[in-house]
Amino acid sequence: MSAIKVYIPGDSAAVSVGADDVALEISRLARASNLEIEIIRNGTRGALWLEPLVEVQVGADRIGYGPVQVADIAGLFQTQFLTGGAHPLSIGKVSELPWLAGQDRITFKRVGIVDPLSISDYQALGGWVGLQRALTMSGEQIVAEVTESGLRGRGGAGFPAGIKWKTVLETQDETKYICCNADEGDSGTYADRILIEGDPFTLIEGMAIAAIAVGAQQGFVYIRSEYPAAVAKLSAAILLAREFGVLGKSVLGSTYAFDIKIRVGGGSYVCGEETAMLESIEGKRGVVRSKPPLPAIAGLFGKPTVINNVLTLASVPAVLADGATSYKSRGVGRSLGTQIFQLAGNVKQGGIVETGFGISLGELITSYGGGSLSGKPIKAVQIGGPLGAYFAPKNFDLAMDYESLLTAGGMLGHGGIVIFDTSVDLAVQAKFAMEFCAIESCGKCTPCRLGSTRGAETIQKIIDGEEFEPNKRLLLDLCEVMTDGSLCAMGGLTPMPVMSAMINFPEDFENRAEVMK
Amino acid sequence: MTHSSWSLGAAMAVLEPLRAEPGPVLMALQAIQREFGFVPDEAVALIATTFNVSRADVHGVLTFYHDLRTTPALENEIKICVAEACQAVGSRVLEKALKATYKEEVCDAFCFGNCALGPAVMVNGKLIGRATLAKVAEEIK
Repeated sequence: MSAIKVYIPGDSAAVSVGADDVALEISRLARASNLEIEIIRNGTRGALWLEPLVEVQVGADRIGYGPVQVADIAGLFQTQFLTGGAHPLSIGKVSELPWLAGQDRITFKRVGIVDPLSISDYQALGGWVGLQRALTMSGEQIVAEVTESGLRGRGGAGFPAGIKWKTVLETQDETKYICCNADEGDSGTYADRILIEGDPFTLIEGMAIAAIAVGAQQGFVYIRSEYPAAVAKLSAAILLAREFGVLGKSVLGSTYAFDIKIRVGGGSYVCGEETAMLESIEGKRGVVRSKPPLPAIAGLFGKPTVINNVLTLASVPAVLADGATSYKSRGVGRSLGTQIFQLAGNVKQGGIVETGFGISLGELITSYGGGSLSGKPIKAVQIGGPLGAYFAPKNFDLAMDYESLLTAGGMLGHGGIVIFDTSVDLAVQAKFAMEFCAIESCGKCTPCRLGSTRGAETIQKIIDGEEFEPNKRLLLDLCEVMTDGSLCAMGGLTPMPVMSAMINFPEDFENRAEVMK
Repeated sequence: MTHSSWSLGAAMAVLEPLRAEPGPVLMALQAIQREFGFVPDEAVALIATTFNVSRADVHGVLTFYHDLRTTPALENEIKICVAEACQAVGSRVLEKALKATYKEEVCDAFCFGNCALGPAVMVNGKLIGRATLAKVAEEIK
């Protein structure tokens, strides 16, 4: 009999709640009972509240148990979990878990299923098909396919990927670059990390397709230093991809050459802004550049550069493999394809939800999220990271797509949704937004550098109950200056959480002096 | 994490492989910090000479990035995430408790990408989800 396959995620999130210890204990007890098992450290399925989620291969199915703690393992062996035995922690067939079965996984198709560093696993689930097709097409055709798919930048700006690529393609230069932005600094977002740790070859394939499309030979992935496991996983995957012949002097035997280098960030949030990221990759201070010139024309080291987020590039293989028509059959309006939503904060069932654009905020929070972790009512949700807007439960019918959120005074950002229960004070959150901007501002432009500090001071006055009306007017005026006068989104969007908190939760700002009495 | 004490030879050996890299200054500072636990003064001049940039350029990069430090590392490095998602599950309370217990070994961080399993704390490079004072204590040297 061959070894029983046991999947225990090696993903940072799973490891943070004990997956390594669980793997050791299962391995120890299996040895003690002379049971032959093969432990595979897969990525996470994204159902993070079930981590560590142990899966056992039984026939064609994978039976899940979670969340497993070391103390549960002896009991699992007693109930024959290696053959799928019943146990209170059993969730049955993982693929039939309603939380997962209801999703439409395109970009995350392989995450949590495969061994992240197994090329044969990758190929068995459609890996390199998009790249092989791209190799039969001209640069113009690839760019046209990506444009046709409707794929927009998943990093937050939502700019059509194909149009950006077209600019780089049409800019004449011997040297061009593909830069992948993996500086996922927004609180409440973690999909880049999970993808890189769980299916790094998808990102490599997406970058290779981009390179062939625009005529680039060198790629860079800029990963934040807070993600050491992602750096390690991607480094290993790059070496394997070179050995396999996807990266190097000849991409899959073609005349195209392409390779990837990793650059690790220095703990600076603003380096997620694309031009600050370029400066940082060049080894300099992460100070934002003025635009124009667009990075697509003069980017990294002054050369034409495609800059895309991890999720954008990781969606490209599916677009090429299944065609633009298939991809754009999902989503609504001008928000086509799937979005990878991330449920975070005070949420019972947090994790990755990939589904077509247009799902309602309420469905994500209630059906997928299952409400708050604390059990208290939900008071606020922040969508799109620290620069995104705060919404109230009265906004739960909001459709989650670029345009609807914009109309509602918010933004989708990188798709993170942070949930807060009734213990949150929105005036304090507004002040934090300003403080965060003050800490992380690159310092180049005045509205951001100084406005953030003055903003935090003014909100403190409101919190302390000092003269509400004049301070409110001052704050609104300051927000307007920051929005219109900042060089990049750091200062330009910091007013969004502040203003939305004031608009949607006026009771947290008004009459503080009365409340404190 | 064990760090070597400063030696010019060791520093030069750390920098040597970076000569072929485009834009090496940040990587050089990171490599020095990995080796010695911080960036000593002597390293600034060495990086400037090695890569033919001014000391001001190196100093500028060194002082921009939160990760880089100019004083020796403490015995424990405890980073608590105080960004929104962890705030929503009580990281501010945990932050106060940690600072009361471990003083200057604790510093604030913004997001480890573990936002569904907060509060997140990183102790000496190890990420702890659903962190508590007791869980942190287990990882302290």
